[in-house]
Amino acid sequence: MASIQQLLIGAALIALLGVGETLVIVTRNVDLSVGSIVGLSAYIVGDLFKYHHNMPVVLGFVVAIAVGAAIGAINGFVTTVARVPSLVVTLAMLYVVRGVDGLIVNGKTIDPGSIPKAFTAVGYRTLFGIPWLAIIVAVVVATAGYAMRSFRSSRDLYGIGSNPDAAVLAGIPAGRRVFTAFLISGSLAGLAGALFLALHAQIDVSGGTGYELAVVAAVVVGGVAIFGGSGTVLGAALGAVLLNTINQALVASRISAFWNGAIAGGLLLAAIAFDRWLSLRVARSLQSAEGAHRDL
Amino acid sequence: MTSDLPTMTPVKHSHSVVENGNGAPWRALLRWENALVVVLIGALVFGSSESPNFLNPTNFFYIGMNMGEVAIMALPLTLVIMTGEIDLSVASMLGLSGTVMGYLFSNGWSIWLAMAAALVVGVLGGALNGVLVAKVGLPSIAVTIGTLALFRGIAEILLAPRTVTGFPSSLTTIGVVPIQGTQIAYSAAIFLGLAVVAGIVLHATPLGRALVAIGLQPEAAQFSGIRVNRIKIWLFVLSGVVCAFAGILLTLKNASVSYDAGTGLELNVVAIVLFGGVSIFGGRGTVIGVVLAVAIVGALQQALTQMNVQPEVQNIVIGVLLLISVVIPNGGEAIRRIRDRARRHA
Repeated sequence: MASIQQLLIGAALIALLGVGETLVIVTRNVDLSVGSIVGLSAYIVGDLFKYHHNMPVVLGFVVAIAVGAAIGAINGFVTTVARVPSLVVTLAMLYVVRGVDGLIVNGKTIDPGSIPKAFTAVGYRTLFGIPWLAIIVAVVVATAGYAMRSFRSSRDLYGIGSNPDAAVLAGIPAGRRVFTAFLISGSLAGLAGALFLALHAQIDVSGGTGYELAVVAAVVVGGVAIFGGSGTVLGAALGAVLLNTINQALVASRISAFWNGAIAGGLLLAAIAFDRWLSLRVARSLQSAEGAHRDL
Repeated sequence: MTSDLPTMTPVKHSHSVVENGNGAPWRALLRWENALVVVLIGALVFGSSESPNFLNPTNFFYIGMNMGEVAIMALPLTLVIMTGEIDLSVASMLGLSGTVMGYLFSNGWSIWLAMAAALVVGVLGGALNGVLVAKVGLPSIAVTIGTLALFRGIAEILLAPRTVTGFPSSLTTIGVVPIQGTQIAYSAAIFLGLAVVAGIVLHATPLGRALVAIGLQPEAAQFSGIRVNRIKIWLFVLSGVVCAFAGILLTLKNASVSYDAGTGLELNVVAIVLFGGVSIFGGRGTVIGVVLAVAIVGALQQALTQMNVQPEVQNIVIGVLLLISVVIPNGGEAIRRIRDRARRHA
């Protein structure tokens, strides 16, 4: 039981970030700024609690999400209005946001004593044995998963990713949709920042460093095509759980934990190779079943 | 697969807004490389206004020493990005190469054999990337995130949690002293030498034109007789072996190595190449632009460090420069579009 709780907690943050990243990658873009957003929003909330210890816990989450949303809006605005490749924009924002974080942090650390118990409780308390953290992430995954299946605006994201030009010709407001995807990705990264703080109960300038590539890896392992157009939020979340489970399994078994990285890398390569093999197979069977209609 | 990328933004994304020989002389400023020269001069003026000793030759030695490995890794990455691919495993290869060298050396191998083995690892790792991208047809951004984890993971298996030291001092001094009689760091000299080679190959040989052709339109390049896949495999091998070489240099400079050497540097290298004006979609960019980008980032980092600005805060400068470098060339276009839309709504 305890080890399953460990699994869920470990995977939760990456899975949460994976939801936003999926929305963005499905539109044939990428968001590399999420790790820096986690660090900045976590520190800002921690700093607020330090000086306003009686601030309501909910306000901490609201502030974190607002910080993330603001950065997501910048990402989305520059990407869609200036029509600049999102990889470059969000890579630049990775540096800018981490730099702003450094200005605010200024070498300090927020320690557990500054953060109210009611806030850190989100990080360790459980409901029917399920960690609160995992419940929050599961709700986000379920909501986003439902929306991505059933809402017209969400289906537009797949259309944009499959063929951007055709999507525009078909009347999809591509710019607005891509902007929204970045806005949501930023907001969820902000939420992840608040959860990061609740989980670790302390934060310095390095919080969330390197998360961006871990998230992209989890999303790709979860079956989201890196060039857009296909993939599900649930898949991305499962990708995060899978990578994290391997992590934990190695710790539990006798194999040295030093094997973690190598196995995660090998798994990622296997996942994309398998995905490629599957799509080739599907393409071949579509060719042989000429004229057959498929609901894809 | 990768040929999908260019459709993301039609060719409007261009760093040289106005091509050569187009009227007014001030327009020359619009060529990205010229703008970089202006920024570099600005960075040097800024640095010397903050510290009177900034233009000291010793300072240039420090800049060269600090930037050397990242700068060297940027050169093969420039060629890779020119073809529309990307290699995110560069920093992990740097770490793996140093680790292999340290591991073998600590097991009694001669230092020269250990270094040769590190280079062989670079060739093998690069070949793995290249085969997966060009032969199997997988997207390079996903493949190299995978090998980023894989290479670093292998380094961890080999060496963690140890740190290897005790390399021969005759070699380790190379990293921390300038070339005799000058103030040029060895790694900076190696970078400049390799940059000349890369510049000639990219801009003055059929192979270089082939790289540009692949980046602009892979199918057309294939049909015009360019061996696209073979070239891509060799580019990844080149990237692997050059990064392995950078790993050897870094190990010698630090006179020690642990498995996590250079963690996270990949995005610095990518940022420098893109800041240098190389299009992420391939087909556009110059080696001189990348060299200027290295010089600007190095000079600014040195100036900010002397002003006691923390490394994290220095990130803002790199980020803003990178943002400006892509937004400005597209800015005029965007403003025109917005104005058109406003007019239509009016």
